[in-house]
Amino acid sequence: MSFLEYAPAPESRAILSLRGDYGLFIDGEFVDGRGTPFQTISPASEEKIAMIGNANAADVDDAVAAARRAYDRTWSKMSGRDRGKYLFRIARLVQERSRELAVAESLDNGKPIKESRDVDVPLVAAWFFYYAGWADKLDHAGLGADPRSLGVAAQVIPWNFPLLMLAWKIAPALAAGNTVVLKPAETTPLSALIFAEILQQADLPPGVVNIITGAGDTGAALVSHEGVDKVAFTGSTAVGRAIAKQIAGTDKKVTLELGGKAANIVFDDAPIDQAIEGIVNGIFFNQGHVCCAGSRLLVQENIHDEVVERLKLRLSTLRLGDPLDKNTDIGAINSKEQLERIRELSDVGVAEGAERWSAPCVIPENGFWYAPTIFTNVQTSSRIAREEIFGPVLSVLTFRTPAEAIAKANNTPYGLSAGIWTDKGSRILAVADQLRAGVIWANTFNRFDPSSPFGGYKESGYGREGGRHGLAAYLAPTPIGQAASRQRVAAPATAKPIETADAAPKRSRRSAQRRSASAPKKGTAK
Amino acid sequence: MTQTTTESQVITMPGPVSADPVSAGTALVTARERALAVLGGEPDDATLRRYLHGIAGVDAVGLEQRAAALATRSIKTTSKQWALDRIISLIDLTTLEGADTPGKVRSLVAKAVSPDTTDATVPRVAAVCVYGDMVPYALDALGDAHGDPDDGLISIAAVATAFPSGRSSLEIKLADTAEAVAAGADEIDMVIDRGAFLAGRYGLVFDQIAAVKEACRRPDGTSASLKVILETGELVTYDNVRRASWLSILAGGDFIKTSTGKVQPAATLPVTLLMLEVVRDWHLATGQRIGVKPAGGIRASKDAIRYLVTVAETAGEEWLQPHLFRFGASSLLNDVLLQRQKMTTGHYSGADYVTID
Repeated sequence: MSFLEYAPAPESRAILSLRGDYGLFIDGEFVDGRGTPFQTISPASEEKIAMIGNANAADVDDAVAAARRAYDRTWSKMSGRDRGKYLFRIARLVQERSRELAVAESLDNGKPIKESRDVDVPLVAAWFFYYAGWADKLDHAGLGADPRSLGVAAQVIPWNFPLLMLAWKIAPALAAGNTVVLKPAETTPLSALIFAEILQQADLPPGVVNIITGAGDTGAALVSHEGVDKVAFTGSTAVGRAIAKQIAGTDKKVTLELGGKAANIVFDDAPIDQAIEGIVNGIFFNQGHVCCAGSRLLVQENIHDEVVERLKLRLSTLRLGDPLDKNTDIGAINSKEQLERIRELSDVGVAEGAERWSAPCVIPENGFWYAPTIFTNVQTSSRIAREEIFGPVLSVLTFRTPAEAIAKANNTPYGLSAGIWTDKGSRILAVADQLRAGVIWANTFNRFDPSSPFGGYKESGYGREGGRHGLAAYLAPTPIGQAASRQRVAAPATAKPIETADAAPKRSRRSAQRRSASAPKKGTAK
Repeated sequence: MTQTTTESQVITMPGPVSADPVSAGTALVTARERALAVLGGEPDDATLRRYLHGIAGVDAVGLEQRAAALATRSIKTTSKQWALDRIISLIDLTTLEGADTPGKVRSLVAKAVSPDTTDATVPRVAAVCVYGDMVPYALDALGDAHGDPDDGLISIAAVATAFPSGRSSLEIKLADTAEAVAAGADEIDMVIDRGAFLAGRYGLVFDQIAAVKEACRRPDGTSASLKVILETGELVTYDNVRRASWLSILAGGDFIKTSTGKVQPAATLPVTLLMLEVVRDWHLATGQRIGVKPAGGIRASKDAIRYLVTVAETAGEEWLQPHLFRFGASSLLNDVLLQRQKMTTGHYSGADYVTID
């Protein structure tokens, strides 16, 4: 028997109590969507998990209207201290239900349970804790005294870190006093809907957070809705560009966090064993479904062969398989479409003359899988060195001098992240200074912290998420002379104890009758 | 790593090592020739310094992250059963007290031979580890059970060279070693001169290890296996540990060992991971397999399993055998026995259901 073929150690799914179908979370309750419901599946087995409601334009109207009501009546008037209490409560509930969330995330997304358990969910809690602390300290956010919230935020998030992206979006928005309509990705709605249950558990006032599920048209209807004051999007550059066009000419504020093609630069004096780990973590973390993934390895020419050799040895020990097994390193590709795109670009790489090497993994029969792959002999002009593959595919390029490394690293339409590996501190600072990337890691990769701003240059988007900078995306400075009057308005709500803040009457599950009754509410949004 | 392919071409190995990984100790002349070939010069302070400081550095944060990631492996059911038995067969059951008596050593040996008298399926440990003057008592107590762990027998390891501090003249260290070997020790656990290492006198440390290696020879031409204790708790930085590991291997050590157990911190997972990376690189460069022995502070089965995972995923699964990996431990054995009982019966018993030695 081989010890390395560790016996199966599956995380139990018993902790999940999933429903057969999920509606939309609007005004604090689950309601049926009026579009055609869709199935969410496990990408590891193609097994059906649940039916998910589909929001049409009328549902979007309802959600935005609910968010507007909650903004006007409750959330914008509540003191920062009380908003913070709700956020702390949500953070604690996320921690309490962390196993459940991790299992749901791995089931729906295909990422290994060790990542959802040790990275995604703890960071989600950290994000809520961090911004909970900011809620009553907005005067110190660098925007002057008493900054204003923006209103209703429309947030559209991707499928690679479903719950974490939700936290990145919702936590700062709520801390700043905005209300939210969030649309999770079509393939990964599950954890957001469990999060909606957490919001109910936390007694968050109805309408402060609304979660509507659907495909691209739902997202388009949401961001273009006239009742929306702020648009935040994380996803592909193509969709981001479409959103920017859609909202051009409106007064909506926007932050876009888009694609990337990060350079991971390894100098010949790098701590080599840790650099190899960092390269692996940089591109194979979350199956490479990471916008800031270190997908272009720039390695100094004199250590190229050694690095590639060691990389191949290391990749041969990666364990691909059941995302719910605690020993799985590489999970499933999130969808068939994504798998096809990875395959297509990978074949392009071969056609362009690059050498492909894939780790010797046994690929499961069902589901969507792609073995960790590295390309050597890649030219800077290759498509696999230019385009975001968004999968477990690494392109290896070489450089001779720091200047060449910097030039090659910056020679991309993107500018989200970069990595530098060297034992020489002065070189880290000198190179980082000249890289045009929003996040630069030195002797590490893919590390996140709520206090650190994250965002890109060029086609990687604009605006920052995380840290004090992340608050600025959801706040506007109070015009000169209005600060004092605004504070007086806010005064009565500050005295309102948290227990009664959500005293709005409970509604029952919406019936067909209510549905038609809610239709005239259209247009009352703004 | 600065090991290049040219080095492995220069070195002519005495036959395929993989076929005979159990050869107790490398011949000294081979070790010296190999060192000369790798270093490209006499092993003096300057040459060794150039070589050891040319090895890529260690990023402490990254190393500790990797060790922490390995520690999250979930070893269950059949894998756990295998791991528990393997841990037992890799233990150097140790007593290194000033208060040791022949009776204590006999008790230790009895425990080594049959760790759990209620269960005949429990394997024997790899070796007993004692002070040099206790070797005759261990030999006597072992009787027929004395021999190579690969044959299901138990070796005798003796600490030597003014253990644990190493503060003594070379003559005394060599005499200490020779005496233990003459008394019947199969393995010698020596300490390096940490003071000399930290002062940059790498040549002196090299010469001492080489000389002790020579003192491990028996009249019949065979040699006791040499474990070189780095005492990582006194070297402090990971860069130092890596350099000391290379130095010890270059000088002819058959095993590199973390600690005496008398200095804190003793064995840690990151330090052991680092030393495993060194032996892996040495194997890639020269084809020779060197053993690793974490010692001190490993008390729980859970921790020991993490070490097995680290060995298997770093150096390779073939390292999980008594001539390439050992645990220097005493209380670990009883915890493994408790876990083993639990896997058999489904219930946890207690400390009174395993014997103290």
